[in-house]
Amino acid sequence: MSKPILELRHVVTKVNRNTPEELTLLKDLNLTINEGDFITVLGSNGAGKSTLFNSIAGNLPIDSGDILLRGESIAHESEERRTRFLSRVFQDPKLGTAPRMTVAENLLLATKRGERRRLTPRHLNAHMAEFKKLTSGMGNGLDERLTTPTGNLSGGQRQALSFLMATLRKPDILLLDEHTAALDPKTSQQLMTTTNERITAENLTCLMITHHLDDALKYGNRLIVIGNGQITFDVSGAEKQALTQETLYSFFSDLQD
Amino acid sequence: MTFGLGVSAIGQGLLWATLGLGLFLTFRILDFPDMTVEGTFPMGAAACVAAINHGISPIWATLIAIGVGMLCGLATGLLYTKGKIPILLAGILVMTAAYSVNLRIMGRSNLTLLDKPTLLKLPFLEHLPMYFDSVMLGFVVITILTLVLIYFLQTELGQAFIATGDNEKMARSLGIKTDSMKIMGLMVSNGVIGLGGALVAQNDGYADVNMGIGVIVIALASIIIGEVAFGELTMNQRLVAVTLGSILYRFVLLIVLRLGFNTNDLKLFSSVVLALCMMLPVFRNVFNFKHIWKRGVSTDE
Repeated sequence: MSKPILELRHVVTKVNRNTPEELTLLKDLNLTINEGDFITVLGSNGAGKSTLFNSIAGNLPIDSGDILLRGESIAHESEERRTRFLSRVFQDPKLGTAPRMTVAENLLLATKRGERRRLTPRHLNAHMAEFKKLTSGMGNGLDERLTTPTGNLSGGQRQALSFLMATLRKPDILLLDEHTAALDPKTSQQLMTTTNERITAENLTCLMITHHLDDALKYGNRLIVIGNGQITFDVSGAEKQALTQETLYSFFSDLQD
Repeated sequence: MTFGLGVSAIGQGLLWATLGLGLFLTFRILDFPDMTVEGTFPMGAAACVAAINHGISPIWATLIAIGVGMLCGLATGLLYTKGKIPILLAGILVMTAAYSVNLRIMGRSNLTLLDKPTLLKLPFLEHLPMYFDSVMLGFVVITILTLVLIYFLQTELGQAFIATGDNEKMARSLGIKTDSMKIMGLMVSNGVIGLGGALVAQNDGYADVNMGIGVIVIALASIIIGEVAFGELTMNQRLVAVTLGSILYRFVLLIVLRLGFNTNDLKLFSSVVLALCMMLPVFRNVFNFKHIWKRGVSTDE
């Protein structure tokens, strides 16, 4: 039994507070994530998957409950401070990279994730060999384009770069928000394979939102389903291995009623 | 005569290039238009001239101008990031408030530097022929400023600053404090523009409360003319292009005056020149010169 790394206790998150449009998105949600967990997250649209990520990352303030990292509350830390231990990849390839900066410059920014940026030279050239090696592992020609502005890359290359940037400095928690959804099936599969390899090799703790049931079954050691702002299903280990698409699908569609 | 005017245009271009460099940081890097400059520029001028009139040395007076410029940038930055006021409005608020402050600083609507020391009367500039002093001063200031900016943009902090303007959401997800970056950018930018006000006032020999009207157009013109004239460039080259754009712009004004228009028409011309330069990509698409040319020579259509 490995140690819990992140705990969400009775988390309630609302939007449009104190207005007639007030909505409660997370309703007393409890979740304990253990070190090394690779959790696939399923749920219908509007169930609260993205809200869960935004609450963990600090984009959305939580209304009550607590979020603990290794036993210490981080519920009131700013989004910027939480980047010291947390990184994420967004669904939209445009969101993860700075378009006018080159691939290498983007990677260099990521090496300083969560750190203070000082008035010292950036030392780009000293990192080039390391970046070359890193990007060649992605197998999509990214290593040939280190000095290209990321705005000129394909969506697949940009997402691969976003993923590299998120894992360049090993995060305690990695959040993947449907990071392959905007890509064509082949590129999507390729990125999913490299994602899995890197998470396994580095023993990263990861939550991955996906709408592909087969991806959710194939990858990770644990699977959770979010419905109506709560965790409605949570399996891991052998129990998860035994899941089939049919049982999951029937369960998943029940939720939508 | 003509030669003298040419040298004068270069001198003016160099001194006014400070504005273009200052605005480049917000307009091109942070990617928003900062109207504060219309208040910062006369405030730099007013503070510098008032300080010199109070017996402060021109160098210190110029540094004071940079300081008040940075304060204007801080005000706009706080209104924008912490007050959540849209940047255009935040700039206009500070610019409007600056008008009253400038009248307070000078005590009246304009103040001369007649018989007072200025940077242009420093020992190494004093004996240069007419107009060459402003060329020399402008060259020294622009060289130092450009080198400092090039260094800054290559530091870790400078890269975080560029990333903030390029993709704010990504910057935050990498732990960059984007609000601080914007405030810092506005402060540095307006500090440089305050410096521009101080230099122009010392060159012209006076400060006037109305000298800020339309300066954002002049600053934008140096940036855009530089970009139109030199095309795709690296960041460092773009900084140099701003100064060259500023000098080119002065020559355009010189030609306009030579054509018989008077100085009252210059603001109209500045706006027209800037508008035309900014519409160039649209014209290229609408008229599609290449296409017309091809259609003209092809026979099988």
